[in-house]
Amino acid sequence: MSSTTARPEVTFGSKSSGRAIRNTVATVLVWAAFLIALIPLGWIMWTVLTKGLHVLFTGTWWQKDQSGALPPGFDHNVRGARHALVGTLEMSVVTSVIAIPIAIMTAIYLVEYGRGKVARLVSFMVDILSGIPSIVAALFIYAIWVTTFGLKLIPVCASIALAMLMIPVVTRSTEEMLKLVPNELREASYALGVPKWKTITRVVLPTSLSGIVTGALLGFARVAGETAPLILLAAYTQYLNENIFSGNMAALPTMISTEFSNIGDAVSSERLWGAACTLILLVLVINLLGRLVGRLAKVKK
Amino acid sequence: MAKRIDVQDLDIFYGDFKAVEGVNLSVEPRSVTAFIGPSGCGKSTVLRTLNRMHEVIPGGRVQGKVLLDDEDLYAASMDPVVVRRTVGMVFQRPNPFPTMSIADNVAAGLRLNGVKDKKTLNEVVEKSLKGANLWNEVKDRLDKPGAGLSGGQQQRLCIARAIAVQPQVLLMDEPCSALDPISTLAIEDLIHELKDSFTVVIVTHNMQQAARVSDQTAFFNLKATGQPGHLIEIDDTKTIFNNPTEKATEDYISGRFG
Amino acid sequence: MSSITGVALPEETPSGGQPKPLDADRASTGRLGDRIFGGAALGSGLLIVVIVTLVAIFLLAQAVPALSKDHANFLTSTSWVTSQPMAFGIAQLLWTTVASSVVALLFAVPFAVAIALFLTQYAPAWLARPAAGLIDLLAAVPSIVFGLWGGFIVAPKWAPIQHFLSDTLGWIPLFKPTAGITGGNTIFFVGIILAIMILPIITALSREVFAQTPTTHKEGALALGATKWEMVRTAVLPFGRPGVISASMLGLGRALGETIAVMMIISGLPNGAKWTWSLFNGGATFASKIASDASEFSGGLSTGAYIAAGLVLFILTFVVNAIARIIIERRKDFSE
Repeated sequence: MSSTTARPEVTFGSKSSGRAIRNTVATVLVWAAFLIALIPLGWIMWTVLTKGLHVLFTGTWWQKDQSGALPPGFDHNVRGARHALVGTLEMSVVTSVIAIPIAIMTAIYLVEYGRGKVARLVSFMVDILSGIPSIVAALFIYAIWVTTFGLKLIPVCASIALAMLMIPVVTRSTEEMLKLVPNELREASYALGVPKWKTITRVVLPTSLSGIVTGALLGFARVAGETAPLILLAAYTQYLNENIFSGNMAALPTMISTEFSNIGDAVSSERLWGAACTLILLVLVINLLGRLVGRLAKVKK
Repeated sequence: MAKRIDVQDLDIFYGDFKAVEGVNLSVEPRSVTAFIGPSGCGKSTVLRTLNRMHEVIPGGRVQGKVLLDDEDLYAASMDPVVVRRTVGMVFQRPNPFPTMSIADNVAAGLRLNGVKDKKTLNEVVEKSLKGANLWNEVKDRLDKPGAGLSGGQQQRLCIARAIAVQPQVLLMDEPCSALDPISTLAIEDLIHELKDSFTVVIVTHNMQQAARVSDQTAFFNLKATGQPGHLIEIDDTKTIFNNPTEKATEDYISGRFG
Repeated sequence: MSSITGVALPEETPSGGQPKPLDADRASTGRLGDRIFGGAALGSGLLIVVIVTLVAIFLLAQAVPALSKDHANFLTSTSWVTSQPMAFGIAQLLWTTVASSVVALLFAVPFAVAIALFLTQYAPAWLARPAAGLIDLLAAVPSIVFGLWGGFIVAPKWAPIQHFLSDTLGWIPLFKPTAGITGGNTIFFVGIILAIMILPIITALSREVFAQTPTTHKEGALALGATKWEMVRTAVLPFGRPGVISASMLGLGRALGETIAVMMIISGLPNGAKWTWSLFNGGATFASKIASDASEFSGGLSTGAYIAAGLVLFILTFVVNAIARIIIERRKDFSE
């Protein structure tokens, strides 16, 4: 950049040296801001990995749940997190099954069909939905399921609340990807006498598939780490439960928050950091996987 | 396998804006008709009404009639999707489907319309690629992506894709404007051959091209900026280029404007 | 980065962007496949409208009965008694929620703007993408991990700084030491952790608008002999201002609704604790209160009190997000 070459004989505003100093200060500040922002990320990863990574190599961690655990202080076995991992994966998968079709169809509506007032309303509501705090979404499901219909909470309630959080994320990323598909491809398809719905499903969607997958994976990672809805809707249990339609179901976040109340106890602390480490690795792996899919597809183009 | 086109009192709109006014013309089967005229005169717009692609643009609509062998394309009972299977189109910029192989691109029209039989599809792919003078160049890499071909090859791939659904009419919207001279020549040769089986209408910016490939030429113009476009005159290509009736045509062809 | 923020920005440049997507066959509505598919797409869109509407209706319908039995002033009372006779008010919750979020915003926005400038204007080309990826990665960290890290690891380290601040600035009501709260688990500290949590959101959106600054503006400034910083100040920042403001509003919305991190960090207050404006106080936000008392939900009226609190939070975030949206829309009108 030649921007710092000040010419003394020309005077723009103040002295040239002052301008150069201000320029340098600004450059230093933006670099500093970036580097400072990396501190929390590094610190969090360091904390979680140093405190939790070794727990993951305990033989029982991936195989066992917490059945047989004694009250804090009396238990000397860390046992496992299988119940929480299975619960997190199962609830997140069910959430995705609910959310992704709705999100993709909504994005298709907004990009391929929506015109005028209805489209503006839908787009506005997607923004509002993306702004709804997770605890409010959970409260809403609680208000319907328990208060209004008097039903007993089951794990799928949490998935429904989580779907409310996932829908806007996937809708927006899909929408962006669909907008990137050139109109020329749609025209080419229409000109072959292909109906609109087949043009969308067979030409437009495959062209933007990798981007949509990226968005879905990022959304998945996001809901896998959500805690608030689980606290309200999916009570923790120390036992493995694979049936999402009955009973309580553990999840990594609720395992963390449960063990957090006994953080002074050494064994609870091991479980806590082990679960935190499992969760953060799970979320980061899915997140990076999602970005990798997006990156690879871009390279191919 | 070729039909005649009759356009009667056609007005074309974008929303409330009238883009083209009062077009009347006829195109004989198995002939090549070129649309020429300055930019913005509506020649591409008219072309796109011949297979109802104009309506794909938000706000696009028409008044008047477009007859394909006496059948009105704009009749209420007419399905635009069916119209487009009958009247194929090739665009300005080659637009092969990026997710499909060369063979799949050619077969796309049939496959997306429900043809599943492998043997039929393979036959159509070969026949269409041969028809588009592309077979010899790609026969060894049919399963490679269409996007890997050169611009001229891509455009011939798009022509193969268009003729694979066996349309009656083939519309070409400045098919050579994005291509180099050699590729342009290849496409022009191809148009000569296509004439044996299809009715071809081509929009071109290039008057030499119109003179080289077409049997009949239509000249479109604007009366003034902001006014709708008009068909000034349509006649045998020879007549248009050597002895046009209208002064405007003569001015345009001799390069006095446009 | 709408995948992080969930919000779409308007198209890049005034006219250079993609044309409107195609309408296609409005004429061929008779085709069964098109009717079903188009109907499903419209249905999904309307479903979202219905969900948001239902959220408002259900929360309102279940808050009203509890509010009618409330023996305290809902807006001004600081007590929270949900057993009969009920006496609950949101003053304390509202203050804690808004104060912690505003603190978060004050810390996050300058950093986010600086980082966005770094990523779009200053970072060398080889660094820009991975650097942006690292910041985005911060958004992927689950909030419970932030709570754990903030409450358990950072708070003890923060306590001495806070003591120093309250010793030197204690004469300002906002920084008055509070009896009983000795650790770092205060509103102010929650604000700092929230700032880190919303930083990537504000950064991602600001980065996007800064990157859209027309090259002609930037080159115009540089051609006049401006330094890089002067170019940023005269071309990039003014162009990006509406985007930064709406990004900040979205970040604010996130901070207002954050639940588990706040709940794990902040010290609770005994019911009826003395009111103070100090940021070095404990408390509870709407979200953390609802979550921490979830086990007490018994259905019926007492739950209604929490639903009423949730309704206020919903309205709060709705307004903040709507403002952000309006700013984005206005910007779109300008650039078109």
